[in-house]
Amino acid sequence: MADVLETKVAEPKEPVLAFGKKEKKLLTDPLSENNPITVQVLGICSALAVTSLVLPSFVISIAVIFVCAFSNLFTSLLRHYIPNQVRMIVQLVIIATLVSVVDYVLKAFSYEVWKQLSVFIGLIVTNCIIMGRLEAFALANKPWKSFLDGVGNGLGYGLILIGVAVIRELFGKGTLFAGSPIEMSIIGPSASYWINTAAESGIGTWFSWYANNNLFVLPPAAMFIIAIFIWIHRTWRPHLVDVS
Amino acid sequence: MEGSFVNIFIKAAFIENLVLMYFLGMCSYLAVSKSIKTAFGLGLAVIFVLAVTMPINWLIHEHLLSENGLFGRDLTFLKLILFIAVIASMVQLVEMVVEKVSPALYNALGIFLPLITVNCAILSGSLFMVTREYTLGETIAFGLGGGFGWFIAIVALAAIREKIRYSNVPAPLRGLGMAFLITGLMGVAFLGLMGIDPAALQ
Repeated sequence: MADVLETKVAEPKEPVLAFGKKEKKLLTDPLSENNPITVQVLGICSALAVTSLVLPSFVISIAVIFVCAFSNLFTSLLRHYIPNQVRMIVQLVIIATLVSVVDYVLKAFSYEVWKQLSVFIGLIVTNCIIMGRLEAFALANKPWKSFLDGVGNGLGYGLILIGVAVIRELFGKGTLFAGSPIEMSIIGPSASYWINTAAESGIGTWFSWYANNNLFVLPPAAMFIIAIFIWIHRTWRPHLVDVS
Repeated sequence: MEGSFVNIFIKAAFIENLVLMYFLGMCSYLAVSKSIKTAFGLGLAVIFVLAVTMPINWLIHEHLLSENGLFGRDLTFLKLILFIAVIASMVQLVEMVVEKVSPALYNALGIFLPLITVNCAILSGSLFMVTREYTLGETIAFGLGGGFGWFIAIVALAAIREKIRYSNVPAPLRGLGMAFLITGLMGVAFLGLMGIDPAALQ
């Protein structure tokens, strides 16, 4: 587990802001080959806590991309000055500061969403993806690469999070993006849903048997959905299969 | 009074199990549960860190941050940073001790020892303690119970994973995928414990 991306930077003359093949790989690798959730097994807790609705998952994903990218950047900039014995405390101060920034920005610009999320924003501090990438990558690599690694891992995390949330909200509540301006009511027993299962005529009558599955709202459902994601992912990429 | 400590211990360990009911501390739970031996070591480390950090955090919260504390004003907005700092220093201490005492366990735990710091179970233990307004004794009982519940859960999962290695699981689901499924099923089973009142059992 926790495939450590120990890439020692070989060429010292490289320009500071290059975007070549290696940099692109840093961005795309965490989307599938080295996905934080399904391959590195980091950051599961929030994946379970937040994903019963799409909107909070979306906001949390953006917050994680931001915190992960900039904490990677700052840790990488400071990597020669941090004594090994106190590195965790330094890293946590960086993370906690960035999380506070996200917290206050969200509070200022979107108070309703902040009220809904306040606990989970705080829990980004203990999201292991961020700490894991700092330990595994940013301490050994240059700032620009670390920044890209942070963005890539945040994206890979958001991809799974939103995937799980879409399934859980659709089957658990029959809606998508509930609470946001683009709220969609897909299926349910009243006229406000696109597919009205209580309707007398039309497409809804085909779904008169349908009822929301409350299991999908409970946290164990997220475990099953992620397990199925892992199954599909490893069928598609067999070299990721555990040998043990 | 002693009865309530036992209640809190049982409640924290079984009925409100941190892993199986709240799904906290999942990352290390899934990644270090490959063999019983490492799971045992990490479980003990979590019990220790929880049991030590929670009373310290309680003292900090009560005597430094609260309004009738040392500074005489409400400083609770600092609690997240201070709690994390206490946890980080305790984990660093545990890391040094484990490295000296058992290098084999140290290597087996790898990156997941520093990650106890960001183990949500530890921080959320301290946050629960604040929201539920526990006394010092109750905090210690809750820390021990929560750690014990986490320990049982990870050892149980490791034992199942060691056995399941001999089963004919579809290759892509082997290892991590099965760990997720097993945890999900254990979680569903623990949902059945919800609502049990430990006081009524005595």
